[in-house]
This record gives sequence, structure tokens and C-alpha cells, in this order.
Amino acid sequence: MGEMLSVKNINVYYGSIHAIKDVSFHVDEGEIVTLIGANGAGKTTTMHAISGLLKLKSGEIDYCGQIISKMEAHKIIRLGLAQVPEGRRVFSGLTVQQNLQMGAYTRRDGKEAIANDFDMVYELLPRLKERRSQPAGTLSGGEQQMLAIGRALMCKPKMLLLDEPSMGLSPLLVKEIFKIIRDVNRNGVTVLLVEQNAKMALDIANRAYVLETGTIKMEGEATELANNIEVRKAYLGC
Amino acid sequence: MQFLSYLINGISLGSVYALIALGYTMVYGIAKMLNFAHGDVIMIGSYVIFFAFGSFGLNPILSIVLSMVVCTILGVTLERVAYRPLREAPSLAVLITAIGVSYLLQQVAQLLWTSSPKSFQSVVGLAPISLFNGELTISGETIVTIVACVVIMVGLIWFVNHTPAGHAMLAVSEDRGAAQLMGVNVNATISLTFAIGSALAAVAGALLCSSYPTLQPTTGAMPGIKAFVAAVFGGIGSIPGAFLGGILLGIIENLSKAYISTQLSDAIVFLVLIIVLLVKPTGLLGKKVNVKV
Ligand SMILES: Nc1ncnc2c1ncn2[C@@H]1O[C@H](COP(=O)(O)OP(=O)(O)OP(=O)(O)O)[C@@H](O)[C@H]1O
Ligand SMILES: [Mg+2]
Repeated sequence: MGEMLSVKNINVYYGSIHAIKDVSFHVDEGEIVTLIGANGAGKTTTMHAISGLLKLKSGEIDYCGQIISKMEAHKIIRLGLAQVPEGRRVFSGLTVQQNLQMGAYTRRDGKEAIANDFDMVYELLPRLKERRSQPAGTLSGGEQQMLAIGRALMCKPKMLLLDEPSMGLSPLLVKEIFKIIRDVNRNGVTVLLVEQNAKMALDIANRAYVLETGTIKMEGEATELANNIEVRKAYLGC
Repeated sequence: MQFLSYLINGISLGSVYALIALGYTMVYGIAKMLNFAHGDVIMIGSYVIFFAFGSFGLNPILSIVLSMVVCTILGVTLERVAYRPLREAPSLAVLITAIGVSYLLQQVAQLLWTSSPKSFQSVVGLAPISLFNGELTISGETIVTIVACVVIMVGLIWFVNHTPAGHAMLAVSEDRGAAQLMGVNVNATISLTFAIGSALAAVAGALLCSSYPTLQPTTGAMPGIKAFVAAVFGGIGSIPGAFLGGILLGIIENLSKAYISTQLSDAIVFLVLIIVLLVKPTGLLGKKVNVKV
């Protein structure tokens, strides 16, 4: 149960805007860790920095004993570090099946192994199976979110970054998505979860970090933070 | 019969526009830029064939292949040197750079080969065919041009829809960041796009100069602009759109030359473009831009 992802004192800028200020945190193998924070706190920026879509000004990100913060995004995914980006970002002109195929883009372990994972994903997300030849753009928001998760699973990730997977979904669907995340984690995938829905996130997470205007304000066991007065006021609304 | 002849020649001219338009439309779709130097790549390719085939007597097929290789290297190099450093720059800066590259290529050609027109020897060996007791004659160039365009179009659509590299292109054109998260190397995909577009430009140059055999450093400029119009006409970013736009443009141009006025034919072409864009701003087959929620 060693450290899988370790973010060390990172700083990220958009031009002159200092979006992430000296942020450090870590995720251990097998954990679900959640990063909660208000709009504009820098959650998505942190996720993009980990996946290599944004360059760091300073600091370092290690993953499975390797420094990944200087690596290009398309190489990071090959290490089994996948991301379900904010806003789903499925390829709307491609069919459900083709989107999942894109998820397996980096894989070279043969048609059979990939076919097995298609079955696995369709079993986990049965709604996708019915819609496999439908263009992704015609799916509902919830279905698109499932597709985005399925697509990320198609690369056989060791670790999954999820950026607000519950955004814009009905309460019932939110429950379903969180159940899927738990299932994925039980199957051995380490999870870093960014959420506005702090209650649900703290419910399934082992540990949590609170991000506020680009800095980590609090950290601890999820149950501990869920009972913290400040957290309750700011993020749980009670 | 006269009409049929104009029509077929229009389709042939349109096929050349379509091949050039493919380069514009693919680069626009994937790299999100207008490569205004594309027409001049055609001109360079035509000079390669002029010397290889016309002066050194190399086999016509080999000459075209050589021209495709040269154009591919040229296109990929231009992207690497001139456009890639501007990947995050405002699109206006990229556009101005592309116009600069266009003039650079024309000036280099002028320095190397002077501005005096060269008479291009057709690479097509096919004899003209005669139909309806000789009432309708179709030149070998016309037939080869149309056939080549259809074959390339079918092949390209198959490539984009059925190969991993093609899917990577579609993914990058839709969402560059998401494609990177899937493991797509965006730079390599853009290079591949420039390579394909430039190789097709070489073929287009060979066919264009075989039908219209005057070659000079500005040869690529006007067909380049018309092909750009064709790409917009068909819906920029759409491969079938480039095909349709190119063919229609060729037909409109040829018929207006025949029945209305030779001088006004270009004006008519642009007028049709304006009308189409007023009625359907995304072009004939253009997709509606997705609005992100
Ligand atoms: N492309 C950009 N250019 C300039 N500033 C940006 C850019 N993207 C984000 N920012 C700024 O960086 C800060 C952090 O943004 P980020 O998207 O990481 O927030 P977030 O925590 O994900 O918010 P949300 O919950 O709304 O998704 C914000 O102040 C935002 O305005
Ligand atoms: Mg965000």
C-alpha cells in the first residue's frame, strides 16, 4: 500500500494568474481520495497538471516512482493514469463504441483483451450497450458521463482521476455514478475524485483535501472532515 | 452535347479543386488553422514533375511519386518550423504567418526558376475518347483527373473512419485535450495531416498542370484560393464537404465561363459562395459547432 501519486509543492499559472499555489498531496495505492473546493478553487487545474495538459511553473509530480511532471500528456496515459475530464468531453461525432475504442487507443495487448474489456465496461454500464452505435452527441448528460467513465476504463488504468462526475445529474443518477466509482475502486483502481458534491464524495472517500483559492486548506480522514465544523458550514451546508 | 462537354470539364476542374480543398479542410479541422501556403505547395510539386518528367524523362508515375515525397517533406517541415511554434498563439498570428509562407514559397520559386512561364508536359498518356459518333470528346486528362479524385476520396474516407490514425484525427479535430487524455500524440497527428494534405497537393498539381499546362511561381495561388472557397462552400472541416464543394465549384465556374462570361466567371463563383453562406453559414455539409455546457 505504498504512495502511488505524489504531488509536491506545485505551482501553476495561467499567464500572470497564479492558480495553484504550492499545493502538495498524495494518494496511496487502492485509496479513494477526494479533493473538494468551491468554484474556481483550482481543482480542474490540478487535475490537468497531473495529466500533463498543463505545465508546472515549479514543483514535481511523481506517479508509481516516476517523475511525470515533465512528461507529455499522451505518454502519461500510457503509464495507466487516466482522467475523466470535467464536462465529460466525449467525442460527439463518434459512436459510443468508437469512443470506447478511443479509450483503448494506447493498448497493444491484442484484440481479445480489448474485447474482454468492452464486455466488462458494457456490464458495468449496461445503458451504453443499448446505445453502442449511437453518436455520443445524441446521448443524455448522464449517459455521456457514463461513457466518459467507460472510455477512461478502456485503457486499463491503475489510477483514475475523476473531475466532477456528478455535475448536472439527477440525484438518482448521482447515486449510480458514485456506486460505479466504488465498484471501479473495489476492482483495484486507485481513485482521485474532484467533487462539488462534498457529502457524497466524503461518503465514499478514505481521505480528503480541501482546496481554497489555489491552496490546500485542510486535509484528513474523510469521516473526520465530514464532521469538521468549518467543512460542514462551507461545503455541506449545515 | 456541348453542355455535356462543359459539364464534364467542370467536374474535372472541380476534382482538382476538391483534391486541394481536402488539404485545407483537413488541416483546418485538425490543426484549427488556415494554411494559405497550401496552394504554393502545389506549385512546388508541379515544378518537381516539370523537371523530373519534362527535363529528365523520368517515368510519369515515378515523377508524381517523387513530387508527392517532396511535397510531403515540404508540408511537414513548414508545419514544424512555421506553425508549430505558434500552436498556442492567436489565430490571426498564424494566419499572417501562413500568408508569409505563401509569399516565401513563391519568391523562392521565382529565384530558382524565374518567373517566365514553363510549358508543362502532360503526365497523362491516355488518349481522348470519342462518344456519340464523335460529337463528344473527353480528354484523357479529364478522365484520369475525375477517376483519381474519386479513388482518393473513397480511400481517404475509409482511412479516417477505419484506422486508429484516422480515429485519432477525428478525436483531435473534436477536442484536442480529450484526445491527449486518450493517449493521442497531437503533434504527430497534425504532422500526419499536413503530410496527407501535401501529398494530395502534389497529385492535384500534376493533374492541374496536365490540363492547364502553364507553370509559373504563381500557378498555385488562384487554384489555392478557389479550393479554399470550395472547402468553405462544402463546409470547412468536412471531407465529403470538400469533395462536394470542389466539384460544384468546378461546374459553376465552367458553365458560367461557357454561358455567361469568361471574365465574370470568378465573380460568379464568389457570388455563389456568398449566397450559400448567407443561407447556410456552416457550408453545405458543415457541422454545427457544438456549444459546450
Ligand atoms: N484557461 C484559463 N485561463 C485563465 N485562467 C483560468 C483558466 N482556467 C482556469 N482559470 C482560473 O484558474 C482558477 C482555477 O480554475 P479551475 O478551473 O481549476 O477551478 P475549479 O476548482 O475546477 O472550479 P469549478 O468547480 O468551477 O470547476 C480560477 O480562478 C479560474 O478563473
Ligand atoms: Mg473544475
